Amino acid sequence: MSNAVEIKNLSVKYDNAVVLENISISIKAGEFLGIIGPNGGGKTTLLKTMLGLVSPSSGTIRIFDSEISSVMHLIGYVPQYSVFDLDYPISVFDVVLAGRLNAGKMLGRYTSEDKKIALESLEEVNLAGYKNRLVGELSGGEKQRALIARALAKQPKILLLDEPTASIDATTGTNFYSTLQELNKEITIILVSHDIGAVSQNVNKIACLNKTLFYHEAKELTHDMIEAAYNCPVDLIAHGVAHRVLDKH
Amino acid sequence: MTDIFHYDFLMNAVYASILASIACGIVGTYVVVKRIVFISGGISHTAYGGIGLGYYLGFNPLYGAIGFSLLTAGFLSAMRKKKRQHEDTIIGILWAFGMAVGILFVGMAPGYTANLMSYLFGNILTVPRSEIIMMLILDAAIVILVALFFKEFQIITFDEEFAHTLGLPVNKLYLLLLVIIALTTVLLIKLVGIILVVALLSIPSAISIKFVRSIRQMMILSVFLGLIFTLSGLFLSYYLNLPSGAVIIMTASAGYLLANFIHFLKKKFYIKETNYR
Repeated sequence: MSNAVEIKNLSVKYDNAVVLENISISIKAGEFLGIIGPNGGGKTTLLKTMLGLVSPSSGTIRIFDSEISSVMHLIGYVPQYSVFDLDYPISVFDVVLAGRLNAGKMLGRYTSEDKKIALESLEEVNLAGYKNRLVGELSGGEKQRALIARALAKQPKILLLDEPTASIDATTGTNFYSTLQELNKEITIILVSHDIGAVSQNVNKIACLNKTLFYHEAKELTHDMIEAAYNCPVDLIAHGVAHRVLDKH
Repeated sequence: MTDIFHYDFLMNAVYASILASIACGIVGTYVVVKRIVFISGGISHTAYGGIGLGYYLGFNPLYGAIGFSLLTAGFLSAMRKKKRQHEDTIIGILWAFGMAVGILFVGMAPGYTANLMSYLFGNILTVPRSEIIMMLILDAAIVILVALFFKEFQIITFDEEFAHTLGLPVNKLYLLLLVIIALTTVLLIKLVGIILVVALLSIPSAISIKFVRSIRQMMILSVFLGLIFTLSGLFLSYYLNLPSGAVIIMTASAGYLLANFIHFLKKKFYIKETNYR
């Protein structure tokens, strides 16, 4: 079985600042990978590079053994919802419908098939009842789910999520992760976050990113990985967490 | 009040107001939601350089304006792919540079030349029939292009990054949008002036965004508001014997203040609308 994502010796520079350095990772189809790391550690840049939004300075990324540009339709992206303007007069349904668009479908209107898929995507994230609301009328968690629905409307094979729980409360967060686990039955998921606790309980592989990537094909974080990623000793206690995500200390 | 309709030049002014409101309401909707009022201002002001060049070299200033504004649109669209952080500075410089070029050329041009004021505020009362027809064509072109690219323009103005991940030709679509803005502003310059074009692009849409639930509604309301402002301004200027362009901007600005006040009251005293169906 081929890898969903294959990254080899990837480096990304903005001007002269190195944001990502010599990153290599293979992500198998069906995995649920969590990437944690400090703010400014390059998490969003790594996602954007996988999406083809940022060009690598060196190294390669292959998705399902193809160039990114030829498999863009297979990659769903859920950005941090703060990226768009909440005054924009657009309904949740129209936002999700946009996920159906691609270069081959320009001009004219959406088909009834597109509308059906958009509605199904909204149902998948339990937002069908909100389809006529404006994006500005949604709560943080609802916006996040709307953006997931938009990504799902693309019917992707890989879903990339950027800090999906950054501004939603713990209960909503728990529901959110159960939705993701449901989706993970069919879709490879890569999620970046600085929230170590929530991520590590819900994913099946975990990596640490701070310019360089620390990854051992495992679900457990080692103390060394976190220290290396955060560049300082981190005192993490595993007791009381639903299951152990840290090695014994 | 109906007697003034007997004058041909006033009827032309009414037609010009209607056509300008349609173009500005539709294009202005994108200008406001995409927050590119400053870019649009830059494009229309730079066009003045082309007008001056036309006067100086003795060809139709309109062609000069079209050339300059399209060049600016192309330049701004190409530039944003590079470094975004200085975009506003560069627009500001182009804005001033274009105006200065225009003023210099007009100053050096032989014989009688129109003064700067007529290009800044236009003179809607002197619009010839030929320009009304040109505007009609422009309006038709805008409506057709926007109908064709409605969903694409919606995505690139709402979430450009997502549009990239869909594999859409975002930069080309953005250039097309700037070209539409450029043509709209240029063709309206002689009618209503550079300053009024920017006001008509931004004010009706800035009001309507507060009261609508879709881009389509926003376009319709913006056109309607543009009509109210231009026609009421036109008649006020006629009866008060004041420059039409400036009076239209006054009515539009007053409308903006009033709309903000209504919006404020609505938020303060009413529970937020919940007719989501």
